Amino acid sequence: MSIRVGDAAEAPSFQKAAFALIDDTQLRENVRHATDVITRKRAQVVAEQHDWQELRSAASAIKAHTLRYLDQYLLQFEAACTAAGGQVHWAADADEANCIILGLIQQYGAKEIIKVKTMTSDEIGLNKALEANGICPHETDLADMIIQLGRDKPSHIVVPALHKNRQQVREIFMRAMGLKELGDRPEDLTNAARRYLRDKFLKVKIGISGANFLIAETGGVCVVESEGNGRMCLTLPDVLITVAGIEKVIPSFRDLGVFLQLLPRSATGERMNPYNSLWTGVHKAEGPQQFHVVLLDNGRTGILADQEARQTLYCIRCGACLNTCPVYRQTGGHAYGSIYAGPIGAILTPQLFDMQHAQSLPYASSLCGACYEVCPVKINIPEVLIHLRGRVVRERQSGASPEAIGMKIMSRVFSSRRSFEAAQRLGWIGQWPFVSEGWIKYLPGMLGSWTAVRDLRPLPRQTFRNWWREREKGNNDA
Amino acid sequence: MKISLFITCYNDTLFPETGKSVVRLLERLGHQVYFPFEQTCCGQMHYNTGYQTEARPLMRRFVEIFKDAEVVCVPSSSCVAMMRDHYAKMAEETGDAGLMKAVDGLLPRILELSELLVNKLGVEDVGAYYPHRVTYHASCHSLRSLHLDDLPLRLLRNVRGIDLVELDGIDQCCGFGGTFAIKNGDVSAAMLAEKLRCVENTRAEVCTAVDNSCLMHIFGGLHRQRAGIKTVHLAEILASTEAESSS
Repeated sequence: MSIRVGDAAEAPSFQKAAFALIDDTQLRENVRHATDVITRKRAQVVAEQHDWQELRSAASAIKAHTLRYLDQYLLQFEAACTAAGGQVHWAADADEANCIILGLIQQYGAKEIIKVKTMTSDEIGLNKALEANGICPHETDLADMIIQLGRDKPSHIVVPALHKNRQQVREIFMRAMGLKELGDRPEDLTNAARRYLRDKFLKVKIGISGANFLIAETGGVCVVESEGNGRMCLTLPDVLITVAGIEKVIPSFRDLGVFLQLLPRSATGERMNPYNSLWTGVHKAEGPQQFHVVLLDNGRTGILADQEARQTLYCIRCGACLNTCPVYRQTGGHAYGSIYAGPIGAILTPQLFDMQHAQSLPYASSLCGACYEVCPVKINIPEVLIHLRGRVVRERQSGASPEAIGMKIMSRVFSSRRSFEAAQRLGWIGQWPFVSEGWIKYLPGMLGSWTAVRDLRPLPRQTFRNWWREREKGNNDA
Repeated sequence: MKISLFITCYNDTLFPETGKSVVRLLERLGHQVYFPFEQTCCGQMHYNTGYQTEARPLMRRFVEIFKDAEVVCVPSSSCVAMMRDHYAKMAEETGDAGLMKAVDGLLPRILELSELLVNKLGVEDVGAYYPHRVTYHASCHSLRSLHLDDLPLRLLRNVRGIDLVELDGIDQCCGFGGTFAIKNGDVSAAMLAEKLRCVENTRAEVCTAVDNSCLMHIFGGLHRQRAGIKTVHLAEILASTEAESSS
């Protein structure tokens, strides 16, 4: 089985990618500004929700329960969706999902499709697979469209073009749409996008969407968005294909009451999304006359089997952890080498895909805990990061790396009072080659990244324990 | 009260002044301080970097040494977070029922310094005198793992002579994160730069915190920039008295 997450296989390590991105002043300013605005709005609307913590606990409990009985809820969803006139397809991995979708499009004989709100299709590399078969996909979510027209990659799971500012969007539009003049006010850009997209909405006969929630009880699907472009995509085409990870299912309609309070507040700092679309199966003479759901595994059952990492699948893709993450705020999303960026990406990507650079992602965090604090479904991201670090050390890292050897030596040092005290003495003696004018300003090897921007005080002559010893002998004042 | 001190490996080696201050402070408040010499490290560095197998014996060792203590004082929130967040699970993984029980019994008796002072000993005014302009950095573990809230600030507000100024972005990580500062040195440096800007904007003489690890990171940057701002552990401020500063 081949599991694919976009173009992640070609991505460099987080450290390498971050090094390059940190020099991009414009990008950092854009990311800082956008995340500041969303974080502030989120804080306001969360503060006014007095049962916020109870809502988080409820959402977390619903997700835990659903995953415990995932097989049953998925079958229930399939039965209900089918009864309402939909067709459910099961895809074990990216290739199978792409094959199913391609088959449906070819069956219809279409050469173009419109897409909205489907990160999962980015996960499986759908656009590439379609283009290779002569089918042209059009992104209709404004931010996704900016990314597509700019031949860029998304950098945020809710605001994929967050790293671009208005002036940059204007340039992309002018180039891609062949416009001679265009202002950079929001209304200028919106009008340009509207003219460009209207034509696609009216002409293209197949729509592909993602799903925020699949409702087992009714077989219904829910998509929330801000622009109304999604509503167009979901209602105008003849055929609608929804791609969703298997973890998107929730037991019943009433569960939406919990999630639809948490999601918009966490994602965009709104009390409610401007557009909340809910549909079930097909309806005569109204909306798409063919409706397909592709249920995607692509590594998710593997995550489900890992008791400590299972909570990763609770994620409702709100992006709050990205906005609050001090690491993400410095680098933006591209450093994570995956469509899933930020703290959630740092735990999801390495579990979905076994590529080289994934080893670096669990370490792309200072474990500050801000992500866990804002997560609307209470994913303890720091805990999962540490768990995955353990996996990297056990399974992937060579036992003979300088780090592994250092760690083994240190654990030996800490194993007895004698060895610890001996190491303290050795450290004091051994540091002198590096001390100049009373300070350590340069260290070799890995430790050099400390002294690149920070000085270090040398170890003091007397450790605390030696002071205590002297004091007990009565040689110290205290 | 009989208070056992877990000084932590890096305070012992790098920041003995903090340990001395904790001892002076607790004795001044009328308590007896014990220092078990066998102590070394709580295992945090190993555990958080992924070397969980290596961390386990250190946890066992810590529990063995402190299991009979009346109360354990730790002048480092990140070490306390290590114990509270992970020790129970680590003990469970050993399958040793005795160890699990010992961890369960010991954890409620392990307190970070400001928790010990305010919550356990019921003191907010420790009688300290520190005539300096000071800003307080809330370390990540103190805030989001131990949920200390304003405990350290309550202690600081009662210090005589202090000019306490609020730090912008007080809840933002300084970028240390243990081995993170080494493994992701560039991102860590970018995070530190933001923190330093905020510290410098307060025009404080001293930046304090309940963790010397963050302070070592912040001071490393301040010193490199010749910013003329010191970092001092909370314990050292609380241990300072008028008699001492006039002598």
